[in-house]
Amino acid sequence: MQIAHFTERPVRYIAEEPILENRAFFGVSNKYIDPEKSAVDYNFFLDEACYCEEVGFDAVALNEHHGNPFCSGSVVNIEAAILARITSKVKIVIIGNMLPGVKHPLRVAEELATIDTISRGRLVSGWVRGAGSEQFFNNANPTYNREMFNEAHQFIIDCWTKEGPWRYEGKHFHYRHVNPWVLPYQKPYPQQWIPGVLSPETVLWCAEKQYPYLGLGTALGPTCDLWDMYADKSAELGYQAGPENFGYLLPIFVSDTDEKAQEIGRGFIFGGGQNAFSRPEHTLPPGYNSKGAIRMLAQQPGGSWLGVSKAKLMASQEDAWDSSAYDALREKLKAGYDKVQENLQVVVGSPETVTKKICDILKVIRPGVFTVFAVQGNVSDKDRLNSVKLLGEQVLPAVRAFAEKEELTGPFDREPGQVKLAPGTKRAPVVDRVALEKLGLP
Amino acid sequence: MATWKEETSNLAGVDLAMIRGGSGKPLLVLHDELGYTGWMSWNEELAKDRELIIPLQPGYGKTPRQDWMWRHRDVANYYLNVIREMGLEKPDVLGFSAGGYIAAEMAAAAPEILGSITLVGPMGIKPDEGEIFDIFACTINSCMRQTVFNKDAKEYGEIYGGEMSAEQFEAFEDARAESARIGWEPYMFNPSLPDLLRSAKNTKLPTLLIRGSEDAVVPQDCIRKYHDALPQADIVTIKGVGHRPEIEDSAEFVAAVKHFLA
Repeated sequence: MQIAHFTERPVRYIAEEPILENRAFFGVSNKYIDPEKSAVDYNFFLDEACYCEEVGFDAVALNEHHGNPFCSGSVVNIEAAILARITSKVKIVIIGNMLPGVKHPLRVAEELATIDTISRGRLVSGWVRGAGSEQFFNNANPTYNREMFNEAHQFIIDCWTKEGPWRYEGKHFHYRHVNPWVLPYQKPYPQQWIPGVLSPETVLWCAEKQYPYLGLGTALGPTCDLWDMYADKSAELGYQAGPENFGYLLPIFVSDTDEKAQEIGRGFIFGGGQNAFSRPEHTLPPGYNSKGAIRMLAQQPGGSWLGVSKAKLMASQEDAWDSSAYDALREKLKAGYDKVQENLQVVVGSPETVTKKICDILKVIRPGVFTVFAVQGNVSDKDRLNSVKLLGEQVLPAVRAFAEKEELTGPFDREPGQVKLAPGTKRAPVVDRVALEKLGLP
Repeated sequence: MATWKEETSNLAGVDLAMIRGGSGKPLLVLHDELGYTGWMSWNEELAKDRELIIPLQPGYGKTPRQDWMWRHRDVANYYLNVIREMGLEKPDVLGFSAGGYIAAEMAAAAPEILGSITLVGPMGIKPDEGEIFDIFACTINSCMRQTVFNKDAKEYGEIYGGEMSAEQFEAFEDARAESARIGWEPYMFNPSLPDLLRSAKNTKLPTLLIRGSEDAVVPQDCIRKYHDALPQADIVTIKGVGHRPEIEDSAEFVAAVKHFLA
C-alpha cells in the first residue's frame, strides 16, 4: 500500500463570515488576501510536506483550485516543482492537472516532465476535468470539457513518447512544432492516478487505461458500486482489477485525545466545508454533464447530483440569508459534521480511534492507495503538525500492518493491469460487502 | 387561431425541425438562446398576414446538434443555405436575443437575399458600456427573473409559471448547453460583426432594432453599436418591459413589427 498525505492548503487567516455570506468558497472576493499571511501559509504547507516525508508517508499529494479560499493551490505544478527539490523520497502526487482549464497541454507536458526530472522519477501525474465551478473561473467552455480532457491527455502521452519534432492539428489544440526538450525521467512516463467523485464515465475511462481511480471521500456504498463497475470493465478487457487499481482519500484529523480532535476537526466544516465548495449555479455549468446525468436530475425532483438538486437549481440567487441566521447555520453545519462522521466520511480522533476506523474502511473498499486529507479551516501549525506526527508514529504503522495482512497491494507494488484474466473467467471480488454490512452505516 | 404545425425537412444537410404557421410573405423567426417557448399570441397576430417559419435551432433538443457549427456565424450561414434551398424570396428575418445575433450575422454574410431584419434585444456586438448578462452563471429562476421585467405578463406565467416539468428542465438544459457551446467565448458576441455589417449598411438592408426599456440582459449600448454599424436602422424602445417584449407587451411589440414590415 502507498499512503499519502494531502492538503487543500486552505487559506487559514480568512474569517468564516465572508464565506457564509457568499454561500460558498468559490467567488469569495480576493480583497481579503493578506500577502504576508499568504507567504506564511504557502511556506508552511511546503514545510508540512517535508515533515510528512520525515514521519514516513510514502507520498505527498496536492491539487489545484481557482478563485476561492478553500484551496490556495492555484498553480499546482509550481508547488510540486519546489517539492521535487526539497523532498528526497516521497512520491509527489498531483491530483491533478485540470486539462480543459489549462488549455495548453504542451506546456503541461513540459512542466510535468520537469518535475519528474528534478525529482528523479518521483512524480505521479493525475488528471482532472475540473469541478463545475472551475469552468467559470478559468473561462473553460464546459460543453467541450470531456473532449478537451481526452484530447489533451492523449496529446501529452504523445509528447512524452514520440520523437520530435512533429506536428499536431487536433480539434481543440494545434501545435505545428512539438519537440519538448524535457521528457519524463520515468519511462515511458509517470504513473497516472485519476481522482473522482462518482462519475461513472471517469471510472470506465480509468479501467480502459488501467489507471488507478481515487475516490475522493465518497460514501462507502456508492464507492463499492463504482469499483465493481471498474472491475467488471477490467474483466471485459482481460485483466483482474486489484487494490492497485483503487485509491481512496479521506478527511482525517488526529490529536492526542478524541475530545481535542473533535474540536479542531471542526475545521472540516469551516465555512460550510465541502458542501459549501461552490454554489448550485456554479456546480453544473451548461453542457458540463452528460445528457444522461441531466435527464436523471430532471426526472428526480428530490434527487441530486453532487449535492445539487433540481430544487436548488430552481431557487433564486437573491434568496440570501442575513447574518442573523449564521448561528442557526453553524448549528446545521455541526449536525452535518456528526453525520459525516457516523457515515465514516470524516474520521477524527485519537490515534487509536482513527486507526480502527481506517482499518474498517480499508476492509470494505480494499484500496492500494490511501490518502489522508488534512483538516481545513484556521488550524494552527502546531495542531496540524501534531496530527502529522501522530499519524506517522502511531497510525501509519498499524495501517501498514493491516494492509499487508489484507494484501492491499499498491500501484508501485504491482503494476495495475498486470494480473491477466482469460475471457469468460469470473473475476475476483474487489470490495467486501459483508464487511460493509457489518459496519451498519446510516 | 392560425394553424401551425411542426415539421422536419432535410435542409442544407440537416434534418431541421421547424414550426410553420400562417400564410403570406415568409417571415423567418429565430428563437433566443433559451430555445423556442411555444406559439404565443404575438405569433398568432403576425401569422394573420405572414407565413411564420421558425426553425428549431440545431442542438436545442429537436434538431440534432451539428458539430461543425462552432459559432453563431456558422448557424447564420447554415440558415442562409436553408433560405436558398427552400427557395424563399427575400424573406424578412425576426430574431430574438441570440437569434438576433444570428440574424445580424446573416445580414452581414448575404444581405442581398434578405428582405429585412428585425433584431429584438440582440446580442452579437460587445457593448462599450455595460455587459451582456451571463445567463450561464445563474440558476434557472435567477435567469428568468433577469430576463423578464413585467412579471405580471400573462404569457410569462403561462410559459414559466408553476412547477417546471422534467421535459421543460431538460429542454432548458439542452438550450443552455448549445448556447454555451457556440457562445461561451467570446461571450455572445463576434468582435468582427460591426465591420462585417458594412455589407448590410451599403445595401441599406431595412433594419429594425427593438429593445425593452428595462432590458437587464442586453444593455442599451448594444443597440447604439448596432445603430452605428447600420445607420439606416429604425429603433423602437418599448417602455416598461425587459428582455422579452414579445410576451411582456405583445400589443406594442406586434404593432412595431407590423408597422415596420408593412
